[in-house]
Amino acid sequence: MPELRTEPLVVNFGPQHPSTHGVFRMRVVLDGERVVDVEMAMGYLHRSMEKLAEERTYTQNIPFTDRMDYLSAMTGNLAYCLAAEKLAGIEVPERAQYLRVIFAELQRIANHGMAIGIFLNDCGAWQTPVMYMLREREKVLDLFEMTCGARLTTNYMRIGGVSFDIPEEFMPQATALVEELPDRIAEYEGLLLENEILQARARDTGILPADLAIASSVSGPVLRSTGVAWDIRKADPYCVYDRMEFDIPVGYQGDNYDRLLVRMEEMRQSVRIIRQALEQLPPGPFKTDIPLALRPPVGEAYARIESPKGELGFYLVSDGSPTPYRFHVRSPSLLNLTPLKEMTVGQTVADLVVTLGSIDINLGEVDR
Amino acid sequence: MTKLIPGSETAARIRAALPDAELEEAADWVVVDAPHLVAVATFLRDDPALDCRYPTAITAVDRLDHFELVYYLSSLQRNHMLILKTRALDHEAPEAPSVVPVWYGAHPQEREIYDLMGIRFSGHPFLKRIFLWEGFAGHPLRKDFLALPGGQKPGLAHFPKE
Repeated sequence: MPELRTEPLVVNFGPQHPSTHGVFRMRVVLDGERVVDVEMAMGYLHRSMEKLAEERTYTQNIPFTDRMDYLSAMTGNLAYCLAAEKLAGIEVPERAQYLRVIFAELQRIANHGMAIGIFLNDCGAWQTPVMYMLREREKVLDLFEMTCGARLTTNYMRIGGVSFDIPEEFMPQATALVEELPDRIAEYEGLLLENEILQARARDTGILPADLAIASSVSGPVLRSTGVAWDIRKADPYCVYDRMEFDIPVGYQGDNYDRLLVRMEEMRQSVRIIRQALEQLPPGPFKTDIPLALRPPVGEAYARIESPKGELGFYLVSDGSPTPYRFHVRSPSLLNLTPLKEMTVGQTVADLVVTLGSIDINLGEVDR
Repeated sequence: MTKLIPGSETAARIRAALPDAELEEAADWVVVDAPHLVAVATFLRDDPALDCRYPTAITAVDRLDHFELVYYLSSLQRNHMLILKTRALDHEAPEAPSVVPVWYGAHPQEREIYDLMGIRFSGHPFLKRIFLWEGFAGHPLRKDFLALPGGQKPGLAHFPKE
């Protein structure tokens, strides 16, 4: 039988493709259905925020942080405000710190709900799981709306506190949500985790070894799924996380299924944190007054938080003027993509879609 | 809490292992000369007491007459962090050694610095622009980049044709 002549096939995956979660493009080299090489192309959503921020005052830069990771605006706000406060040496009132924790954890639930729902879209469970997840996300967004008027780009945190105190109707609704969520998460687990198709698609695909994850600066649920119990809320506590009791869920081998399990369990831990924070919420002021044109002393600061996607850090350099001299974002979505090639080469092109979905990137944050 | 290792302690450890490296110490960080950067980085990663296997963040700052590269390095096991800096002295054509052989996580971050600041990393395996397209005039995060050079206007006319 004569030997068949084969040659690799180059496929452009994206930028307009539903499973790239935005305008992300991969140049995939395929041998039959096997992935031989992946080259990432990004920048379709690049808005040069780091340059724009150099011309605006510290307070004027807060809305940019909403528009980076638009699915978790609260944590973007929080990381930036922490960096600016560290640079200027501003103390935050206790009530504001609790409010920040409550909103950051609510945001984590909303983000992980989206991440899990869209991941199941990629696995082939078209649209039904994401509708369940959106149901809970709506309730979280309602809480955001009643507090700060916005649902998506919240612009809620301020340097020195938060912009509004919670309204009267917040407490009963938030308490009801906290009571309801554990049952909902159990419902999702019952519906999803034993599903045969999900197991076949997500188990043993996209495996990330722990040492590669550490060397590649991977953070967040992707790092924890490899078995590394690293959570900045525990390791380097900010706000009042050191007073909260919660566990760090970790995976076994860093495959797509582990990442799903870690996110699912993190939602449950977030509910625990919110419940404690709502109980302990002290009265008092919710912000300190800072000058409109804040002039931090000459110096530099790096502050980081555990955002739903991973370690979100802001590096600010001040030259004593009202605008930052340098504004750099350590974006977890970009850095979690670093080992994508190693995770996907040798697998089928269908696994590539699932693996990209399980990393949970947000192109607003990748490109900035 | 993550412990920030003071510059004097890092400098003392580097001096003991690599006496050739020229160091400048500050309260929080150590500035190393560019030719010894990779050796120092390898030492920081492999030294069991420092164990900086996790590169947290790498970035650059335009200091008008030179560029400053900032490396936030941490150890997840020991929960500490240290700050290493180096300088690319030639402002017109800045160049620095790449640390991708030491930490794979530097790969996209050095590409980002190259794209936006224009610092060339010698030894980087895939030094291409990451956000902007090849042929984009200038590097936007430089302080002297105020508009597109050469009177070009931004827009689709200059978008790359693939």
